[in-house]
Amino acid sequence: MKLSGKAHRFTPNDDINTDYIISGRYKFKIDDMNELAKHVMEDIDPAFAREVKPGDFIVAGRNFGCGSSREQAPRALKAAGVSAVIAKSFARIFYRSSFNVGLPLIECDTDWIDEGESLIVDLGSGEVSAPSSGKKAEFSPIPPTMQTLLDDGGLIPHIKKHGGFALDLGGTDRR
Amino acid sequence: MAGTIAEAVLSAHSGGDSRAGDIVIASVDFCMSQDGTSTMMIRELESLGFSAPKTANGMAVVIDHNSPCPSVDVARIHSRIRKFTADHSIPLFDVGEGVCHQLVPESGKALPGDLVVGADSHTCTYGALNACSTGLGSADVAAAAFTGKLWFKVPGTYSMIVDGMIPERVSAKDLILRVIGKVTADGATYKSVEFSGHGIDTLNMDGRFTVANMAVEMGAKFCPFGFDDKTAEWLSSRGLGTGTPVVSGEDAVFEEKMEFDASDLVPQVARPHSVDNVVDVSSLKGTEVNQAFLGTCTNGRLSDLESAARLLKNRRVKRDVRMIVAPASRDVLMRAMDGGVVSALLKSGAVFVAPGCGPCVGTHAGVPSDGENVISTANRNFKGRMGNNKDVGIYLASPQTVAASALTGEITDPREV
Repeated sequence: MKLSGKAHRFTPNDDINTDYIISGRYKFKIDDMNELAKHVMEDIDPAFAREVKPGDFIVAGRNFGCGSSREQAPRALKAAGVSAVIAKSFARIFYRSSFNVGLPLIECDTDWIDEGESLIVDLGSGEVSAPSSGKKAEFSPIPPTMQTLLDDGGLIPHIKKHGGFALDLGGTDRR
Repeated sequence: MAGTIAEAVLSAHSGGDSRAGDIVIASVDFCMSQDGTSTMMIRELESLGFSAPKTANGMAVVIDHNSPCPSVDVARIHSRIRKFTADHSIPLFDVGEGVCHQLVPESGKALPGDLVVGADSHTCTYGALNACSTGLGSADVAAAAFTGKLWFKVPGTYSMIVDGMIPERVSAKDLILRVIGKVTADGATYKSVEFSGHGIDTLNMDGRFTVANMAVEMGAKFCPFGFDDKTAEWLSSRGLGTGTPVVSGEDAVFEEKMEFDASDLVPQVARPHSVDNVVDVSSLKGTEVNQAFLGTCTNGRLSDLESAARLLKNRRVKRDVRMIVAPASRDVLMRAMDGGVVSALLKSGAVFVAPGCGPCVGTHAGVPSDGENVISTANRNFKGRMGNNKDVGIYLASPQTVAASALTGEITDPREV
């Protein structure tokens, strides 16, 4: 499966926490993810929610999604149209929650990706590429457990489908 | 069964002999959510046809983040939570009972050897009681409640050895800030962190809760402490059982060992806007403070209030500084009243808000104005965290440093007042 869209980068690049993804000012009072999507990334980039297009990518450095466990963070990003987050590393709770709600996370070097660059993410071959510059990077394969959840449409659909957990326990998941 | 505490607890809950790196499906003893994370969990559970939790000791929901309710929108969310918990006979800790991470331990739902999950990142707090507990998203907690189980990757363990004793007017908060400053915000991502040594043996339970609470700020999954007389006394004084104490076996393999000396620890402050941006208090001398906040799941316990009261007794918070106190629970507030702590704080000029999260998450009870500085005992200082992202600086420190700074109106070393 191939995803394509534009790269959106932020300051700071590292340690983008879930408060920055969706502020407590909104997430405690708004329960509709499409409404929350209008405020994603607002505290570090007030224009992002207006500018993001369906299919676009968030691109960041280390420890993306640290902080609060709020599942509104991956859900609101998905509702905003973000098709995947590409970062050097992810915080643990955000990592699990993103796959639980069907938002793929791509772990690879991101220093080479420019703001606004058009990217193609090939989930099958494990490659991120920028056709305009010809640059590309391989990403770590999505662990089997997370891939199963993604294939089933998330954690709760997985449980509905199988009547419980049906995961490959022999995999080498990182979290 | 031996190994690290994380290995022992996950093995005991999955019926095998698991080691770091294995993936297990483990039975979960208890799960929890709060008012900011419950609606997504409720929707998932209802879509599954949920009737009652399958976790061994059930579940609870706590209304603590926006409590009492600040707006109509939030009131509707709270109503939804009340209806769900009533319909399914799930214990609800409603407005004014306190912060989830104080209420779960107080009610005996996180005992030694237990495996607990919560839809709040600071669920790692119960590690102080020799439990393995961790924060997760709402879908994971819904899955745990519905099936009684959850999948876990068994984490590797970092051993943090703290020698020496923490000096007077320096505290567990200073220790954990020092550790996070060194380890960094993602330095222990996914790991279980075990603290030990004389500096931990001599730390009271409230201090251990403070340390375990902030383990997630360096990315950790669990922060289980050993079980000792202090753990036993904390539990028995509340009429709670001792669970199944777990020790780190002699064969335990630690991925990393770090040593800290508590005896020369000085008050620490995390500067805006990240928790690992830690410096000695002296380097911030003279920084203006407009609001001082004492409370939260990190530092809203009785010892924390007592430490601040000792500094503030018979003195007056500086004019123009708002000193806000949010006790971690009703029980903490009542004990603080009995011991004269509440009266000392009130007489000094502090204002009390309801037991709960208080202004930590920025929805009510103390939102700062543009350009202001807050010194806070909370665990996060992200930009906008307290409800205003316009040049607000949140400085994280100990109860003693917060109290000392409230007295002078600038960031102050509590050993100098």
